[in-house]
Amino acid sequence: MLAINRYKCCYCGACVGVCPATALELVETWLEMSGDCTECGLCTRICPVGALEVKA
Amino acid sequence: MKCDLAVVGAGPGGSMAAKTAAQAGLEVVLIEKRQEIGDPVRCAEGVSKRGLSDMVKPEPRWISAEVRGARIYAPDGTSIVMSEDKSGTEVGYVLERKIFDRALAMEAARAGARVMVKTRALGLLRKNGTLKGLQAMCMGESLQIEAPLIIGADGVESKVGRWAGIDTALKLKDIESCAQFLLQDNSIDDQYCEFFLGNSIAPAGYVWAFPKGENLANVGLGILGSRSRPGEAVRLLKEFVKTRYPEGKVVEMVVGGDPCSGPIESTTADGVMLVGDAARQTDALTGGGILNAMQAGIIAGDVAAKALAAGDVSRTGLREYETRWRETLGRHIARSFEFKEFFIKLTDDELNQLIGSLRNEDVSNMDLRAMLKVLFRLNPKLRWELRHLVI
Repeated sequence: MLAINRYKCCYCGACVGVCPATALELVETWLEMSGDCTECGLCTRICPVGALEVKA
Repeated sequence: MKCDLAVVGAGPGGSMAAKTAAQAGLEVVLIEKRQEIGDPVRCAEGVSKRGLSDMVKPEPRWISAEVRGARIYAPDGTSIVMSEDKSGTEVGYVLERKIFDRALAMEAARAGARVMVKTRALGLLRKNGTLKGLQAMCMGESLQIEAPLIIGADGVESKVGRWAGIDTALKLKDIESCAQFLLQDNSIDDQYCEFFLGNSIAPAGYVWAFPKGENLANVGLGILGSRSRPGEAVRLLKEFVKTRYPEGKVVEMVVGGDPCSGPIESTTADGVMLVGDAARQTDALTGGGILNAMQAGIIAGDVAAKALAAGDVSRTGLREYETRWRETLGRHIARSFEFKEFFIKLTDDELNQLIGSLRNEDVSNMDLRAMLKVLFRLNPKLRWELRHLVI
């Protein structure tokens, strides 16, 4: 499951740009995740601040 | 709500598109999901003076600093200087995007476009397969915007293209993970934009320091997504700042993803055009995207008016947009992409050698392209690997 650390997230949207499943959406400062997430982890790697993590 | 054209995203690309279309007589609605246009910034804010002046009249209130040129540092610390004055280089002005973006949106409004903030596109409206407009949300309320034509200028996190069937998802090798501090430090050179190369400081990217006046600078870096780990961009930036500006004070933090994919296959669908970062129209080598977005926005706004007048907003009817942007900015982006693909493979030794090869050349009056030409002349390996390119 993709965990979003909202205290770290700087809401830049880079994760949304790389998500192959269109599972992420940035609503101003709030990153939304839909059920389409495949836990591929691409978003965790692009995140400049390390706010995303795929947790087992 | 009904209009001729709905533009999603009020960055420089969207605002120029809206302004151009409104000036051509279209009823335009420009929506922006944020409550404040231009903020938070996700940008290093450097633009070429000439490139900007070709499209808008520069105003002092949105220019933070004017620089004399660029200084590029090799990993070994040697540097070369490129001047701004002779030919419009990549940087000349460092903007204040928070003011600049608003000024462009206001220009669109003055031209007759209706600007709506805190209004987010949720999807495309279709009837019997034909595009009818946008489903949006404005201040938490559902809003339908009926429009035969939509311009998606919705940035790196663009959805408009995906909804229209254009796959704009970026591979990790086609996006830079970026972090930037607005830094206050007495050692900041306010005359030059500085670029630092090196695989340890910014793998497959670079560090920049763009002066903002009064001993302030946008100091940031980008690293290629495929060479990034979670949080790597900020970690590397902190390291660089600690070494280069030990007394530096961070007064703002900026992060973002910068597309560097080169031109994508398609930026149009029936009733849809993509502009700027949404169309991945950033320069793959420099990462610069402001002017490209504006230029594409102007073309899209113009084509929108023509297509509506001709009564054909199908993908075929919008072909002129594809053709025009690809023939202009598209060529630069494609070439930059090839250069980027070459440069990211270089080791620090090779980078030192490349910059070192310019030691006895006068590059002071050159722009990036002219300097690349000299590099070609001096470096057989570069010439060979990029032999298919005409620069």
